[in-house]
Formats: sequence, C-alpha cells, structure tokens
Amino acid sequence: MKGRLAVLLPVWAWLLVFVAAPAAILLAIALAEADSGVPPFRLAWSLTGFATLAEDRYYLDAVLTALRIAAMTATGCLLIAYPMAMGIARAAPGRRMLLLALLMLPFWTGFLLRVGAWIGLLRDQGWINGMLMALGITEAPLPLLYSEGAMLVGMVHSYLPFAVLPLFAALLRLDPTLGEAAADLGAGPATAFVTVTLPVTAPAAAAGFLLVFIPAAGEFVIPELMGPPEAQLVGRVLWQEFFQNHDWPVAAALALALLLLLLVPIRLFQRLEARP
Amino acid sequence: MTRGRFVTLAMAAGFAFLWLPILLLVGYAFSADRIPFQWGGFSLRWFAALAADDRVIEAASLSLRIATGAASLAVLLGGAAGWGLARYGRFRGRALFGALIGAPLVLPEVVTGLSLLLLFVALESVTGWPAGRGALTVLLAHATLGAAFVAVVVQARLTETDRSLEEAAMDLGATPFIAFRTITLPLIAPALAAGWLLAFTLSLDDVVIASFVSGPAGTTLPMALFAMLRLGLTPEVNALGAVVVIGVGSVLILAALLLRRSDSR
Repeated sequence: MKGRLAVLLPVWAWLLVFVAAPAAILLAIALAEADSGVPPFRLAWSLTGFATLAEDRYYLDAVLTALRIAAMTATGCLLIAYPMAMGIARAAPGRRMLLLALLMLPFWTGFLLRVGAWIGLLRDQGWINGMLMALGITEAPLPLLYSEGAMLVGMVHSYLPFAVLPLFAALLRLDPTLGEAAADLGAGPATAFVTVTLPVTAPAAAAGFLLVFIPAAGEFVIPELMGPPEAQLVGRVLWQEFFQNHDWPVAAALALALLLLLLVPIRLFQRLEARP
Repeated sequence: MTRGRFVTLAMAAGFAFLWLPILLLVGYAFSADRIPFQWGGFSLRWFAALAADDRVIEAASLSLRIATGAASLAVLLGGAAGWGLARYGRFRGRALFGALIGAPLVLPEVVTGLSLLLLFVALESVTGWPAGRGALTVLLAHATLGAAFVAVVVQARLTETDRSLEEAAMDLGATPFIAFRTITLPLIAPALAAGWLLAFTLSLDDVVIASFVSGPAGTTLPMALFAMLRLGLTPEVNALGAVVVIGVGSVLILAALLLRRSDSR
C-alpha cells in the first residue's frame, strides 16, 4: 500500500494543480467581470461573460461556423482515408510497413511546415498559380489562398492520418472471405463495398470522424494562416478576445461553451473506443 | 475498371496529396530565387541565411531543450499514471484520476492553453511562483500534455504483458523494486521510449498552448515559424522544412535499419 501511495501521490498532485485547478480557475474567470486592471478582471459572481455570448450573434455564428468546418474537414478526411486504408490493409506485410511509415512521416515533420508548404502552393505568386499562368490557363493569378477552400485543404491535410489509422485497424480485422463471398454471389465491387465493407467498418469510420472533428472544432492556426478574414471560427474568436480585446471573462466563457459542445462527441468517441 | 485498380489509384492519389506539398517545400529549398516555390537555379543560399538567422537558431535550441525536459517529465508522470491504471485495480478516485490524466487528449488546444495561462497567472499572484512566464511554463504545460499520451501507451503495454513473470520473481525472493527493475521495466521500455518520442514531437510541434503560456523571453521554434508565416512566406521556411524533413527521415531510416539488423541476429 505504501508503494501505491508513493507512485500515485505525485501524479495526483500534478493532475490537481495542472488539470483540475486550471478548469476551476477557467470557470471562476468566466464568472468574473472585465476590468481595466492587470490582470484585466475582477472576481465576482457575474454572468456578464456568458450573457455577452448569448446576446451577440457573432459568437453563435463563430461556434456554428467552427462546427460546420470541422464536419466538412472530417468528411473530407474520411473520403480520402477509405481507399488509403483499404490499399494499405491489403498490401503485403513488408509493403504495408512502408506505406504506414509514409502515412505517419508527415506527422513527424511538423504541422506548421506543412501549412507553410500549402501557403507556398496556393498564394498569388505561388506554385499552382505559376503553373496555371505558364500553361496559359489563366492570365492573372487566381485568389486561391485565404479562402474557405484553402482552409479546408489545409485542415484535411493536417488531420488525414487520424482518419486513416482507425479504418486501417478495422479493415485488418475484417475477414477477407466476406468480400470474396460477396463477389461469388455476384456482387460488383461497388455493391460489395456498400453491403460488406461499409457496414463492418462503420464504427471505425465514426471513430475516425470524431478523431478529426474534435480537434478541428477548436482549430486556430489553419483558419488564421489560410482562411479568409471573415472565417471567424470559435478558436480564432477566443484567441482574439484574449490577446487583442483583453476580455478574459468572455474568452473563458467561450472556452467553456466550446468544451460543453464537445462533450457529446468526446463521450461518443470514448464509447466507440471502449467497444470490445 | 476492377476494384483493386481503383483502390490502388485512389490510394496513390491520397499519398500524392499528402506528400506533394512536402516534397515541393523541400525541393524549392535548393532554389536561388528570392520568391519561394519559384526555380532560380540550384543554390544553398537559403540554408546559409537560415543558419545566420539568430532568432530561428535561438528558438530552435530553446524548443529542443523544452521538448527534452517536457518529454522526460511526461515519461515519469505518464509512466506512473499508466502503471497505476493498469495495476492498481479499482483504487479510490480511479474514475477522476483517469479523467484528469486523459483530459489533455480531448481538450481543444485553445482551451488547454487558456486555462493553463490563467492558472500560472493565479499561482503567481498568490504564491509569487512562477515568476513571469517563459520556457519553464511552456515546459510544465507540455509535460502535462505529453503525460496524457505516455499514460495511454504504457497502460496498453502493461495490460498485454504477463504479470506472472513479475510474481515469479517475487516468489523467488525479489523485492517488488527489484522485480520491477529486472522484469517489468525491460518489458515496458519500448512503450516508455515510444511515449517519450511522442511527447517530444508534440512539444516541438505545438504553437497554440506555447503562445498562451509563454512570455516575451520564451519564443519557441513553432512560435517563431508562426510569426514568419503570418508575415508572408520566405525561402527560409523552405530551408527549415528541408532540414527537418531530411533530418527526421534519416533518423527514421537509420532506426529501421538498426531494427532490421537486430532482428536478423
């Protein structure tokens, strides 16, 4: 018992200070009143922060935009991830390792560098516009960067491996004779996919969707660097309230609102993970 | 078209989407042109410019030190947490313990960053520590984040290892500590190493949490890179990308070769 205490006590202490206390402080500051002092709030039991969120349409729009963009990102990831996971799962074991390494290597090379690469491809003097103009397809550069499309491409690129891995794991467990049986019974490739592969891998697809959706809903960096100025996602608005407007209570209230909204997908994901 | 051909083609397209931007980023690092992603003949001038950029070099060295410290702390904390979750059964407060250690896995980065900054501000105003924010506060935040990942990896590894080896050692008179050191530690060493590497990478890649909890004296490499990308792309970003991709790639190839050699023995 003494040994147990020695192992768990330091971790408990750490978690109470660095995880539980910040959550409590976040709540306290969401209930505080904005003030011009340093730090810029006065502790109180005030609902001003939350009232601001409820009254101003701007914040609701920011949350809705973030949820829409996160859902589009996760859907895009799944569409690209399905054939990738199927291809990797059916490759010979040696080749499979190589393909998995190719899938994970971009993750190890830094996500800001990949965003930088997309900026270099998409901006007005970028690589794609250079190619289009050299081929005579367009005379003036197309405004590709700082658009919703650019932002989505950047986000799908960043989160793609998270959608592939659960699908790949499910497809490895899938009995290959099921597909053969479907083919023997006269199902074409598309029918076999829809009637066999899709239902069997649906829980993994849902897990992959949530694995992308949850972090994407709070994304700040890619909308800031690649999105249009009017794409005010909740992560970006929170950042601005905190760093530019110095309105800590509103930023904290927004963080709690985002957290509450994500509780449902988070619980859903944990239930999917806990399945046998 | 048969199903196999379609899947292979679509998979190849997926990999091209994943890799083309990275390969172009690296390739154009060797271009002399001032405009990034334009070919102006072979040159190493942007690597020289990068090496002479003190801000980037300082930020990189700070980031490496923070990542090393945070990953090591994360392995201690996450290792102990994973051990407790896998071996101590239903200890008191287990549900809360599991929720707290796993929270950073699911919290949006902006929420983690904001709440940790508010904690550091509150701690400083009450206790005077930490005095100001910078490398130390980033390290503490990254250790908390990394510990969540290490705990998952270690717990998974411990649940699948055989406890009877440990029990046999203790039956033969080994103290719990000696049984741990000689039996369990070697068994979970790969998980600890993988967890360390994961925590190290997460720390090196994080810009959001670091931006919240850092101060004027603590500009990490991702923070510097974020500022560069905000102002507009320069070929130095290409050079940095080439250094990172070629560096990480060669370490991984080396590791794969070493693994293969030790396997064939």
